[in-house]
Amino acid sequence: MSTKINININGIALEVDQGKTILEAADQAGIIIPTLCYHKDLCIAGNCRVCVVELIGQKRLSAACATPCEEGMEIRTNSLHVRNSRKHIIELLLSEHRAECTSCYKNGNCELQKLASDYKIVTQDFIPLAQQKKYTIDQFSPSILKDDSKCIRCQRCVRTCAGLQGVNALSVAHKGDRMKITTFFEKAITEVVCTNCGQCINHCPTGALVERNYIEEVWDAISDPELHVVVQTAPAVRVGLGEEMGFPPGERVTGRMVEALKRLGFNSVLDTDFTADLTIIEEGTELLERLKKTLKEKDPSVKLPMATSCSPGWIKYIEHLYSDCLEHLSTCKSPQQMFGALVKTYYAESRSLKPEKIVSVSIMPCTAKKFEAARPEMHASGYTDVDYVLTTRELAIMIKQAGIDFAKLPESSFDRLMGQSSGAGVIFGATGGVMEAALRTVYELVTGREVPFEKLNITPVRGSEGIREACIKIENPQEGWEFLDGVELRCAVAHGLVHAKQLMDQIKAGTSPYHFIEIMACPGGCLGGGGQPIPTNPEIRAKRTEAIYAEDEEMPLRKSHENPEVLLLYKNFLGHPLGKKSHHLLHTSYIERNRY
Amino acid sequence: MAFDTYLLKRADFIFKDEEDWKNILTRTLKLPPNAIINELMSSELKGRGGAGFPTGLKWKLTAEAPGNEKYIICNADEGEPGTFKDREILTLVPHKVLTAMAVCAHVIGAQQGYIYLRGEYKYLVEQLNQAIDEFHTICQSLGCQFTIRIFLGSGAYICGEETALFESMEGKRGEPRNKPPYPTQVGYKNCPTVINNVETLAHAFTIFKYGAKKFYDLGVQYSRGSKLFSVSGDTPKPGIYELELGMSLEDFVNEFGDGDTKAVQVGGASGFLVPRKKFKATAIGYKGKLSGISLPTGGSMMLFNSSRSMYNVLDNYLEFFREESCGQCTPCRVGCQQLYQGIKAVKRGEKPAGYLDKLLKLTETMKLTAKCGLGQSVANSFSSIVENFREEMIY
Repeated sequence: MSTKINININGIALEVDQGKTILEAADQAGIIIPTLCYHKDLCIAGNCRVCVVELIGQKRLSAACATPCEEGMEIRTNSLHVRNSRKHIIELLLSEHRAECTSCYKNGNCELQKLASDYKIVTQDFIPLAQQKKYTIDQFSPSILKDDSKCIRCQRCVRTCAGLQGVNALSVAHKGDRMKITTFFEKAITEVVCTNCGQCINHCPTGALVERNYIEEVWDAISDPELHVVVQTAPAVRVGLGEEMGFPPGERVTGRMVEALKRLGFNSVLDTDFTADLTIIEEGTELLERLKKTLKEKDPSVKLPMATSCSPGWIKYIEHLYSDCLEHLSTCKSPQQMFGALVKTYYAESRSLKPEKIVSVSIMPCTAKKFEAARPEMHASGYTDVDYVLTTRELAIMIKQAGIDFAKLPESSFDRLMGQSSGAGVIFGATGGVMEAALRTVYELVTGREVPFEKLNITPVRGSEGIREACIKIENPQEGWEFLDGVELRCAVAHGLVHAKQLMDQIKAGTSPYHFIEIMACPGGCLGGGGQPIPTNPEIRAKRTEAIYAEDEEMPLRKSHENPEVLLLYKNFLGHPLGKKSHHLLHTSYIERNRY
Repeated sequence: MAFDTYLLKRADFIFKDEEDWKNILTRTLKLPPNAIINELMSSELKGRGGAGFPTGLKWKLTAEAPGNEKYIICNADEGEPGTFKDREILTLVPHKVLTAMAVCAHVIGAQQGYIYLRGEYKYLVEQLNQAIDEFHTICQSLGCQFTIRIFLGSGAYICGEETALFESMEGKRGEPRNKPPYPTQVGYKNCPTVINNVETLAHAFTIFKYGAKKFYDLGVQYSRGSKLFSVSGDTPKPGIYELELGMSLEDFVNEFGDGDTKAVQVGGASGFLVPRKKFKATAIGYKGKLSGISLPTGGSMMLFNSSRSMYNVLDNYLEFFREESCGQCTPCRVGCQQLYQGIKAVKRGEKPAGYLDKLLKLTETMKLTAKCGLGQSVANSFSSIVENFREEMIY
């Protein structure tokens, strides 16, 4: 039991746990204190000063986010001093911010704009500073646009990149009026160690960091009668999109989303979950292959643990920072890129379409997917496998632009051929999901029995801890897998690159005890991805996670290897897992990148 | 009590010979920590960097703070414009400072001390290291394992702020931390840390040598002891002077002015400007029961005569802060830019004279809301100059 202390906020007596900040205590009392630099995902900075409050008996105001409550503290959150100061601070921030709201991508979802509105900053007396300063707009990245003139220097992006991701692509440089958020030697984002994960975008309160959007390009493609526009939707989108459409976090909108995509004019609405299932077949087979070579054939050249390769932010991270460990990566492409490669081959053939007339669009919870689609090797079909990647947020914009009343939409189903999926494909959207999906399949392939977990729910790999472990003992394997008898398959799951670092350091040191590790770049996995609705925080991600697992449980099929369309794909097109065609279309290789 | 009774009195402790430092060290290290703390507390020595926190209490709090690893850091980042006393102490009587650091280490239980030396004082490193080497030898002969190292700053003004200084020493960007926690609990490397100004430590030596009483008898109530003043500007005798605290500014100007003193900036660029008409009512010392204005100071005294434009003086200070704010918190970063550009706009007629009032209100917000002591004081020069020399800002 923690010690309780007594405080008083705005005349309300309150008992709070010792160690709680004034901001947390106020929240408990139902008092809202505005914030900007504060974010539940991040360490406390206390630098914007918007949350200042008055402590009776103290001359100066205190930042509510950074000040712990003390016994007997008397707090005023709306005194004259507080109101005047807060208004001043918002005015100051606006003077340094290129407040051209109507032409801003974040118009309507900007925390500074909201504060300016709440406090009715209707005149701007201070000298506009943003316009005088030389600012740069970094627009070279296919994923992230950075506009310094919109930056309010709250350092949320810096703390995100350091604290959540351990990447430190963004940092603070210079001081005083020249202080800015920038990259190593102020290079373009494309030139430094940046994974394009987009977490900085998710945590930016203004329009200083946004995704590069491809909305107009996709509208153009849809409007062109010559083109056949195919869209795939990632698992995490269906549990996030609702938030943009006015639903509370955790609402599953799969059917409505499909209907909306059809109404937007996509010629075919298909599911990335289908290739998630396919990924499991390929990756599971690859894992078994590696285990066989290691345990049975004692081949020292085979690297274990094998690491998943679905998260393009993670891929770029390892390419930059652990390039001597690339052989640990599964050679499987991500489900998006497998899908892209199949759309312009298998799908084109089956539907008698010319691949050059197909435009392949994907809806992703992710900004790194934009970069992934643009990787030069992603042309397995002979064309650009995925033409445009839109984030969940961009899809929401299109739906709103099209005048679709999302809440009133009927539910619709994915189109066939590459639209069927299992619950295993769905849980790809949550951290631990790929691991769970793979285990459901691998265990059954080896033993002929279902994984020994109630309702197939492999709970040890679920949850929100940064790193989770699971160990499954294989007994009485089927013929051909005798070498696995008695083997304890050791697995680990990490999300947020700061945790990936821990697993990678083990591998580098040769002390990794695992056979198989799953790494997702973003906190919570894809459902907390950099392309998901803003805001994000641990509670919102928990709701999305619940939704993902609920979606899984409701699926008639729960295991990837039972997906009929995947089986059909092998029968009619690919042959067998890790076969020649698979190798060409579904697998890839990695490159070493710069370390600065 | 009128201030005219508070006369300027010279003192001479700091730069007086330090030859006996070995004896003082030997003698003081034998005392129990509590006795040393009590001596410091009864001397009423307050931090000489400018903030004036009671030194004995600081040592006491750190000594009582839980933790096996503790540090004593000497703040020699002397960056306040118009202050140049610490380098003189480190040049002439370094052993006094080192001795006081060792005594502090003994009191709080530290093994390691650092001198955070201003980057521009790099030329001092060699001779200071010689003094430290000599000091280490003596320490060892006394069975004291305490060691001192120099940490050279990189030139940012803000790194003189104690928590920004820790960040800088930890290899991070020099940005002040949130307080609480205070350094006595969570300081360098998150360990309890005493951080004292160079001069504070030199005074501590005086107290160890002569006893608290002698120090206490100098100065006036709440402002005990002597203090080094860095006198500059329009004065026939610029330099460093040790004076008792509590003197009236009028008496100071009579001694150091050139006969035409229009105003004195007390406490450097982050201090206050006092116009002639308030010399009599202003005493140099910490706030107490004195009537009138009392101004604590890190020791910078800049005198201006009637040939000086106060607009130019303020412009110069604001340009400094616009650049030297760490840029972390809104009121200081943006506030300094607004003040700097604001007086220019008024001078050029782009903003009405009334805009100065808006800026004065802004300085209130800056003082109330900035994250660190620097941010809270950057606007002092603006408000005191604009309030007293408004017409010079406009015409």
